[in-house]
Amino acid sequence: MALVEVSHLVKHFARGGGLFRGGAQVAAVDDVSFTIDQGETFGLVGESGSGKTTTGRCMLRLTEPTSGDVRFRGESVLAFSRARLRRARREMQIVFQDPYSSLNPRMRARQIVEEPLVIHRLGDRAARRGRVGELFRLVGLDPAHLERYPHEFSGGQRQRIGLARALALDPSFVVLDEPVSALDVSVQAQVVNLLMDLQRQLKLTYLFIAHDLRLVEHICGRVAVMYLGKIVEMGPTASLFASPQHAYTKALLSAIPIPDPDAPRQRIVLDPASVDKSAVLKEVAKGHWAAV
Amino acid sequence: MHPEPLNSNPEPLLAIAHLTTVFETTRGPVAAVDDLSLEMRAGETLALVGESGSGKSATALSIMRLVQPPGRIAGGEVRFKGRDLLRLGEREMRAVRGAEISLIFQEPMTALNPVFRIGDQIGEALVVHGRATRADARHRAIELLRSVRIPSPESRIADYPHQLSGGMRQRVMIAIALACRPSLVIADEPTTALDVTIQAEILDLLREMKAEFDLSLLLITHDLGIVAGTADRVAVMYAGRIVETGSVRAMFRSPAHPYTRGLLASMPGGRRGERLRAIDGAVPLPGDLPAGCAFNPRCPDRFEPCTSAQPPDYAAGPGHTAKCFLLDPQSAINPEAASRKPQSHGPR
Repeated sequence: MALVEVSHLVKHFARGGGLFRGGAQVAAVDDVSFTIDQGETFGLVGESGSGKTTTGRCMLRLTEPTSGDVRFRGESVLAFSRARLRRARREMQIVFQDPYSSLNPRMRARQIVEEPLVIHRLGDRAARRGRVGELFRLVGLDPAHLERYPHEFSGGQRQRIGLARALALDPSFVVLDEPVSALDVSVQAQVVNLLMDLQRQLKLTYLFIAHDLRLVEHICGRVAVMYLGKIVEMGPTASLFASPQHAYTKALLSAIPIPDPDAPRQRIVLDPASVDKSAVLKEVAKGHWAAV
Repeated sequence: MHPEPLNSNPEPLLAIAHLTTVFETTRGPVAAVDDLSLEMRAGETLALVGESGSGKSATALSIMRLVQPPGRIAGGEVRFKGRDLLRLGEREMRAVRGAEISLIFQEPMTALNPVFRIGDQIGEALVVHGRATRADARHRAIELLRSVRIPSPESRIADYPHQLSGGMRQRVMIAIALACRPSLVIADEPTTALDVTIQAEILDLLREMKAEFDLSLLLITHDLGIVAGTADRVAVMYAGRIVETGSVRAMFRSPAHPYTRGLLASMPGGRRGERLRAIDGAVPLPGDLPAGCAFNPRCPDRFEPCTSAQPPDYAAGPGHTAKCFLLDPQSAINPEAASRKPQSHGPR
């Protein structure tokens, strides 16, 4: 069953121009539709500026979409009142890419993780403290370090703090926006394992926004490829990686550096002129759609 | 340009010996590069692999003598074409920088000057090193932009950096790096800020330029996928030291250092959704290194000597060495280590 449904999502930004000059509109997200099932990890890939982060932000209304609809458990998130949105935010959380800039440097780790509980007025002081300790252990941090500041933690530990904060309100849906790309290579795998473990343990549903296609292939059940604000291909990861149909997907997958010196390399170069921008998604294999 | 001596000359293009670069901190000097030795032959692509804080960028800056205070080069040699760069006067060194060795950075937007047109920035590199007159510079800049495959270079030379995409800016950086036809280019994470498809284009361009301009390339990266497709030889850095060196094939087929093995094994692959084989712990901070081998607290193969002494280089195969006591022929553990099969780590 679909937990989240995005339909005909559009987000325009004013380009240049400034306040009084009425600059041109640019469609960062241009008529995007997809659904994410309960318990699924849905990957969203594409180059920078393709609209993948904006899509994720619009789904949580961290950015207000221009038009379209986002439904969560069947209810329209865009129609929510402020009070209802606030309640909805308990169920929908986001983890950002950069654990260095996304944590307030003047707050202790305990305060960072506790803050959502305070904002939502959950539990008394003692109950909140207990919950923070529990969250720390859940993400593999030592509760003895609760009173430390962010700079006293390594990058991997900071990302665990970000995750503990996101999980504080017991959400069912988490947007992971490049959650490991700022981390050291030898630490990425630890955080990836943690994400997979937490998903199983807490029955989480993930939207995984990433540019590391090897990682997307490893952890996502389904994946959508964005190009110039549109989804140009979407389907089960195995099917999409094995037989990409759209010219951009083919170029993207052929550009993945393969960690094998003897692997054959045949890069497919995208000719932007060859992309039919008016093509609509059609089903090319079971559950596999491509705008070709 | 002086023609290069033929390859029969045994003198390597670059020979770094016992290079040590320290940063002064409130807690005393900390070695970012610790007794590093490394050789590069002419025409070779050597990948220097490491994570943040491993000292790979400090190594690049040391070769160029661009280490800024509180950092300083504390010792060692950097022999380039037989001359020790660390003994040159600043004036002589300036003639080397950009002309004989040039550097490409990760983020071209910060390396390019935002207020000058790109044609002028390329021209500047040529004029400073006496490779072109002011009158000739424009024409040469267009030629260089064309050689790095920038479309319509005649009009592009008038662009400012912000008018170009990230990939195009990196092409301009490469054009500047190649302007004086250096024999060694050091590329420090040249594609890390770029999208995958643009990254592939820039790596292709670097490979082409290497052949066309007869370059040697020192490629600094953390991405083993890039290493596999680009390098002839690999040096793996950890905590300021090179822990393993060998041919790219040896490194991927029979990695000898537990850190290298761990990096390869931790990459996504195998069955979908399967837990990855992560390396425990975190990269140690320079200045806060454990006693003995810096990797020992994270090492699955640690045994007695690892916590007390720093391992020297041991032979792991032809042209392949690693700083690991497992390879010590005197070690009782060695036979078991030698028979261990390298872990499989296919991309799929």
